[in-house]
Amino acid sequence: MPATEARASAADYLISRHRFSAWEALPWLLALAAFFAFPDRMTFGTQVLIMVLFALSLDLIMGYAGIVSLGHAAFFGIGAYTVALFAARLGWNEPISGLLAAAALAALVGLVSGWFLLRYSGLTLLMLTLATAIMLQELGNFRSDISGGYDGVPGLAFAPLFGIFDYDLYSRTFYLFTLAVLLILFFLVRRIVYSPFGQALTGIRENVRRMHAIGSPVHRRLVTVYTIAAAIAGVAGALFTQSNAYVTLTAFDFEVSAKVMIMLILGGTGRLYGAFVGAVVYMVLEDHLSRLSPAFWQFGIGLLLVLTVLFARRGLLGLLEDLGKLLRTTARR
Amino acid sequence: MADIANIAVSILFDGLAYAMFLFVVSVGLSVTMGLMGFVNLAHGAFAMAGGYLVVTLTQSWGVPFVLALAIAFVVIGAVSIVFERTLYARLYKAGELDQVLLTIGLSFMAIAAYTYYYGPIPKSVPLPGWLEGQVDLGFRTFPTYRAFIIVIGAALIAILWYGFERTKLGAKIRAAVDNRRMAQSVGINVDRLFTLTFAVGSGLAALGGGIAIQLFGLNPSFALVYLVLFLIVVAVGGLGSVKGTLLAALVLGIFDTGGKYLYAEAGGFFVYAITVLILLVRPAGFYARD
Repeated sequence: MPATEARASAADYLISRHRFSAWEALPWLLALAAFFAFPDRMTFGTQVLIMVLFALSLDLIMGYAGIVSLGHAAFFGIGAYTVALFAARLGWNEPISGLLAAAALAALVGLVSGWFLLRYSGLTLLMLTLATAIMLQELGNFRSDISGGYDGVPGLAFAPLFGIFDYDLYSRTFYLFTLAVLLILFFLVRRIVYSPFGQALTGIRENVRRMHAIGSPVHRRLVTVYTIAAAIAGVAGALFTQSNAYVTLTAFDFEVSAKVMIMLILGGTGRLYGAFVGAVVYMVLEDHLSRLSPAFWQFGIGLLLVLTVLFARRGLLGLLEDLGKLLRTTARR
Repeated sequence: MADIANIAVSILFDGLAYAMFLFVVSVGLSVTMGLMGFVNLAHGAFAMAGGYLVVTLTQSWGVPFVLALAIAFVVIGAVSIVFERTLYARLYKAGELDQVLLTIGLSFMAIAAYTYYYGPIPKSVPLPGWLEGQVDLGFRTFPTYRAFIIVIGAALIAILWYGFERTKLGAKIRAAVDNRRMAQSVGINVDRLFTLTFAVGSGLAALGGGIAIQLFGLNPSFALVYLVLFLIVVAVGGLGSVKGTLLAALVLGIFDTGGKYLYAEAGGFFVYAITVLILLVRPAGFYARD
């Protein structure tokens, strides 16, 4: 194939990936359907949407760029505390500007820590990401005069959205607000992963030596995507604080980092909608099973994780894909 | 002046006892990680299981404490072989993410099962009389139990040093850590070597879990709470290095104790800060392989 033709077909491929297919409307329609079907479960629904957003930010670095982080809760916590402290200590409680501030601060922490950490890989990187989150938690505990320590910052009040929409009893307004934020950030993430920049990230994930060899600025790209993912995780944390009206230092817990990773793995990494499937399945299962017994739920999620790793490494969406292929081939016969 | 000297001695002594605990649990993790590059986040669960075995043996069966420690070492070491052969062996060639997920899953299951069986309330063990109270070393007295941990730690260091540096088995392990393929080429059965070191490492973790009960209390979350420290010791020491693990355990143990003595509000901040500093300067730890 001549070079120009190859380039044209590669460009076609990239452009075709940007196009939306009809089924991509499904998650959003389902989210709206849930709004009308379960009007009294909107507090829970909001938490699910927040975890979808959080898992989506992890997918950006883990699923696409191949950065395995055990401390993604660091950025969730930064975002959560930004809006909490702004509201409690400075009286700045306008929600949308709060989200922007949370994104900016989380991005800053992501930029600085990423610039240091992303030169390393393997166990060292795992440890450094883990230590970053725990250090921030310890710092919060150290300055408990500001952060409130493990007792947290309770009883926060946020101003009405756009100055008009007040939060009603079942937080239905906030559900729609969270859905809108998720939609905007999802479009951003989708654009990023299908762009040439996103392709370069996938290249780094698949073969970092080769990317170095062809002159790709690997470190800069990793830091860039890490910063973006940090900002999105920060927004998720900020929404978490705004929806619960309180926050404690447990937002930085290793359990939070592990939980979001499990959601993403469950749904499937590197496929955008894995975050949706994983977070919804995880949260609904947790909601039902932990009511029976928390120990039972923890055992179940552990077992699920072991089985996923051994038998369904590509997550639930991967399983669906395999099933679809199987059906098609049998139908053809 | 005397006060400062007194505090310094206390920090060194308590830090040393803490370091010995960290070393005993982490050394197995370091060697297995160095040998197979396997990220084993369930190591803390083996320590926790060892601790609970000691609790059951001493409280329900009346086994003496020191004998219970030895039994925990043997039993948990043997049980770990089952896990290694059936689950871990399937993921040696997989990426670290898969290994992280599998072993987090196992930890969750262990925590849940132990919470169900033993409950979430911290357990303690009945210590024999000779381990209680204070021991007088002439210039001042020290808690006997911590002195006991230091003695056990020193004995294990001597045994491990001899095993690694002076026996044929140790030479094989060192060879396999340095260059696994080359070791296999000269006829060393690295898989079997790994199973053996994994069992000994898990046994030592169980032993560490047993001696930790009196220091920190034991509840199921032990498996994850202290895991972070074990991993940090391994990463700072350098994978597969016994010497490095010892040095890292000493540095982190004494720093953590010192930080908590002098500046209790900061909690564990110092230990993580120094970890990050060390890893930024020496990303592969104190004693890194080339």
